Amino acid sequence: MSDHVVLLDSYPSMFGMRVRIALAEKGIEYEYKEEDLSNKSPLLLKMNPVHKKIPVLIHNGRPVCESLVEVQYIDEVWKDKSPLLPSQPYQRAQARFWADYVDKKIYDAVRNIWTTKGEEQETAKKELIDYLKVLEGELGDKPYFGGESFGFVDIALLPFSTWFYAYESLCNFSIEAKCPILIAWVNRCKEKETVSKSLADPHKVYEYLLGIKKKFGI
Amino acid sequence: MGEEVKLIGARGSPFNCRVEIALKLKGVEYEFIEEDLANKSPLLLKYNPVHKKIPVLLHNGKPIAESLVILEYVDQTWEGASILPQHPYERAMARFWAKFIDDKCMSALWNACWSKGKEQEKAIEEANELLKLLENELKDKKFFGGDNIGLVDIVADFIAYWVGAIQEVTGAEVLTKEKFPKLFEWAREFINCSIVKEKLPPRDHLTGFFRIKLEAPDTLKYNPQVR
Repeated sequence: MSDHVVLLDSYPSMFGMRVRIALAEKGIEYEYKEEDLSNKSPLLLKMNPVHKKIPVLIHNGRPVCESLVEVQYIDEVWKDKSPLLPSQPYQRAQARFWADYVDKKIYDAVRNIWTTKGEEQETAKKELIDYLKVLEGELGDKPYFGGESFGFVDIALLPFSTWFYAYESLCNFSIEAKCPILIAWVNRCKEKETVSKSLADPHKVYEYLLGIKKKFGI
Repeated sequence: MGEEVKLIGARGSPFNCRVEIALKLKGVEYEFIEEDLANKSPLLLKYNPVHKKIPVLLHNGKPIAESLVILEYVDQTWEGASILPQHPYERAMARFWAKFIDDKCMSALWNACWSKGKEQEKAIEEANELLKLLENELKDKKFFGGDNIGLVDIVADFIAYWVGAIQEVTGAEVLTKEKFPKLFEWAREFINCSIVKEKLPPRDHLTGFFRIKLEAPDTLKYNPQVR
């Protein structure tokens, strides 16, 4: 039986990129549907009635929501190729812990950067760098967060890097200057075709962010 | 082979309770180390330097933090009753609802129980929306996990037990039989499960603790020292 896979997504979404990377890693063919978030489709509202958000993975008509839940689902269903999580329980737990850290810390920190000004923004910038440095510490001298293989934590964090150019341009700071090891890791990951074809172009992300700021008067 | 399992926790915490229920389900023997959250121990700071929160599971000296991460670890490591379903789609649904409870319900229910006046009206409205979604998800099942408790039931322990204790102290009406009959019945079934009952903190300890909080309103902001 052939699988029918659809991804409801939005080009600049960090969460959508996670699922795109996972699907690419597994070599899964799917139909990509770009959502206009200011005018959500009936399909999106039907498939994610609880949050009404993208990304939504629809596998043979059944929806899976929440990007990290989707990545784990993809890993468990298409388990014969390119494992995304380690098989050993303790290492799996560590991978989940650090992906959870990205979700809990990085998203709010970056949101605070572009939605605030002055003192508040300076604090937000510092917080982001602090959290990125913790992640740098966890990466250490490994090629990927997963060790020798690219995996779950790499997928969780990588898409945020496509927004760095936007934050740096808007707020006049350099993430690379403060977190060179992390940026080296980003560039290493981008050498993988599955990654480079799944990530949004940082310049397009910047234009998108400028559009949002203008539209909502932020 | 000798196995050493320790849990650094706090008995009043629903996050801690989740892990104790899971360990009991799997029949795992462990040493419990009660943490004083107002005065965090070097042990806690050593084993959870990132968040400095409980619960932290120590398995043969190796730490695992964050209750949802610990639950998945316990399920994978020890045999016995399953915490997560077997089928990938059902597993994804369980993870989705567990995350929904953690990300949305915990703080919304806490606020609904503790706030006052207009703020409380708004908070209760928000809580109602969330509880309605949970009640719909439960449908006619005995537990979210089906015939037996599973991940979502365990993660919802705060809803089943802690909310009732807070309501008793503040008089708030957030989860009631009239508003959410199915969820109310689920809560009753859940806290009466022998495994769960054994691990819940005594009701009067909780209400005593919450009465103290009522006197100290600046400690009421949702800021769990536990995860």
